[in-house]
Amino acid sequence: MVRDSVVRIGLVMPDVLGTYGDSGNATVLRKRLEWRGYKAEVVDLAVGETVPNSLDFYLLGGGEDRAQTLAVAHLTANPGMQEAAGRGAVVLAICAGLQILGHDFTGTDGVTHRGLSLLDVRTTPGTGARAVGELLTTPDPALLQASMTGFENHQGHTQVGPGARPLSKVVYGTGNGDGADGAYAGRVVATYMHGPVLARNPEFADLLLSWAVGEPLAPLDIPVIETLRDERRRAVQAMAARRKRLLKF
Amino acid sequence: MDPRSSGLDVSSSHLDGDLPTRTAAAVKAGNLASRLSKAAGRAGGIIGGRVTLALDPNALGQLSRDRTIALVTGTNGKTTTTMMLAKAMSVIAPVATNHTGANMPDGLVAALSTDQTAPVGVLEIDENYLPKIADAVQPAVIVLLNLSRDQMDRVGEVRHTERNLRTAISRLRDTTVVANCDDVLVTSAAIDADRVIWVSAGGNWRGDSTSCPRCGMRVHGGATDWYCDCGFARPTPSWSVVDGKLTSPNGESFELNLRLPGSANEADATLALAASTHLGVPLRPALERIRTITGVGGRYTTLTRNERVVRLLLAKNPAGWAETLPLLDKSPGHPVIIAINGREADGRDKSWLWDVPFERLRGRTVIATGERSADLAVRLTYADVAHTHIPDPYQAIDSMPPGGIELVANYTAFRDLKTGLSNGS
Repeated sequence: MVRDSVVRIGLVMPDVLGTYGDSGNATVLRKRLEWRGYKAEVVDLAVGETVPNSLDFYLLGGGEDRAQTLAVAHLTANPGMQEAAGRGAVVLAICAGLQILGHDFTGTDGVTHRGLSLLDVRTTPGTGARAVGELLTTPDPALLQASMTGFENHQGHTQVGPGARPLSKVVYGTGNGDGADGAYAGRVVATYMHGPVLARNPEFADLLLSWAVGEPLAPLDIPVIETLRDERRRAVQAMAARRKRLLKF
Repeated sequence: MDPRSSGLDVSSSHLDGDLPTRTAAAVKAGNLASRLSKAAGRAGGIIGGRVTLALDPNALGQLSRDRTIALVTGTNGKTTTTMMLAKAMSVIAPVATNHTGANMPDGLVAALSTDQTAPVGVLEIDENYLPKIADAVQPAVIVLLNLSRDQMDRVGEVRHTERNLRTAISRLRDTTVVANCDDVLVTSAAIDADRVIWVSAGGNWRGDSTSCPRCGMRVHGGATDWYCDCGFARPTPSWSVVDGKLTSPNGESFELNLRLPGSANEADATLALAASTHLGVPLRPALERIRTITGVGGRYTTLTRNERVVRLLLAKNPAGWAETLPLLDKSPGHPVIIAINGREADGRDKSWLWDVPFERLRGRTVIATGERSADLAVRLTYADVAHTHIPDPYQAIDSMPPGGIELVANYTAFRDLKTGLSNGS
């Protein structure tokens, strides 16, 4: 991609799938491009508006059950994102966004809803308590080297089928519920991590950006991000140690 | 509506001696526990409430019987509005109130047990406890301020809270809801009530008003003219406040002239006045009492440390920040310190920092402090706000030259700094 062209980042239905800070992922992508001399633009794709198929990036955030069915209905009627994904645009989906990208998802009410089938995953309600807390994982080494850190808050149990691969292995937390977190196939990537995930995981942000701009990107030196990552890792270690102590009793 | 339609009979005798034996014993035990706790140098009130509730789970209903109870709830402004409404009601009757912000059942029981003779109770209540509490006390009035995303790791999504409030409110009889109709979620929660007094109280945060709580589709328009294609739309208010100027249902219009700053406090005052007027308090004297308030639980208080004059502000979620950003002193060289903690009471998920337009602080002197200041510093970095990162808040204050400082903190950071700075830390 030539640097004169603008990288266009679509925030998909931020009015219903933007529950808690996930729009920050768009901020992170835009700033990391601008700091390197690229031009970038964030486009809000609100409910009820046509979804263009011309964007480079599509971001889906978290939301509640009803927002998910609404999003599926809207994106099925306006399939711009799916068309763009078909030609290699990058899609990043968080939490509820992950679930709607799958074949189907079952809400806490037991009703199964059809998804967008962009990822070979299926989601059912987990049997245990709601997964709320820090999530620490080791990513698929084919994609990333550094550990991944985020905050999860969901009830879903997600199974990844043969058409996709888990994004990472859980070190601490719940993730998909079977020892893995998230899924990816080609340039469609999904995770349960809020945080926002790209703020906490710059290597992940740059991987997705390199796909969008078509060239590798030199790392940016922002020490406070490492401070944050160390702090979150230490917090997880402290919680894990406490849990172990409790189990001994 | 006749503003005096539910005027109080303040002459009637009250409570003392009226409680059922079990409740009376439970209250006595609670008050004893509270005194012992205070004697041991602790806060006291809550433990008393806990003891009372353990001995008599129905204590709250019994303590509310034959009193006029007003409940104040919403995401932001509960403590302030409760104080304002209590002041306004005190024009006509003694008031029992939980002014310290202890807004769960034990705190309410403590407030009502401490003052058993006051014929009026003005009680701040956590929005997620409202259904249970409203069933128990059958309030005369519920003041519903605003609803927005807050501590989702602890309390879940605000739309879920709205639906619970809606169900609880639609069950109540003989309750008047005073509600901010500029807030889409508040309107949805209140509109099924038997009686509603709508107040146009504004609000700078629209992030949770974009999709319809009734059908999920997009809400059109702004705070004062919003509607959804499904037919759900902003009701016509009988009270309103614009730029500090209040208009009553009689068409009276005058400046609020509060000593508390900002539009959020003007909104709270207008909602409190709509409630007190409904309960029979004349408007002017009620406002006079509200005007005497200069601080609420340490908010807006100025404290001095080593020649640094620190004004403490509380902001704990995106909506709170939307009200706080315009308040910050804009004089050059006036630094802003932001303190963020992430304890249980604050919520451990700090993702919401990304819903705050910190970009507006560009060009100012900004310091990130507090136990979760690294999260904030990353957010400020991506907002292109030059800042210093000093996790210890006292060091952060001392790093600034002598003079005025705006210090905005979230819940436990605010609480600890208020105590620490007051004690000369």
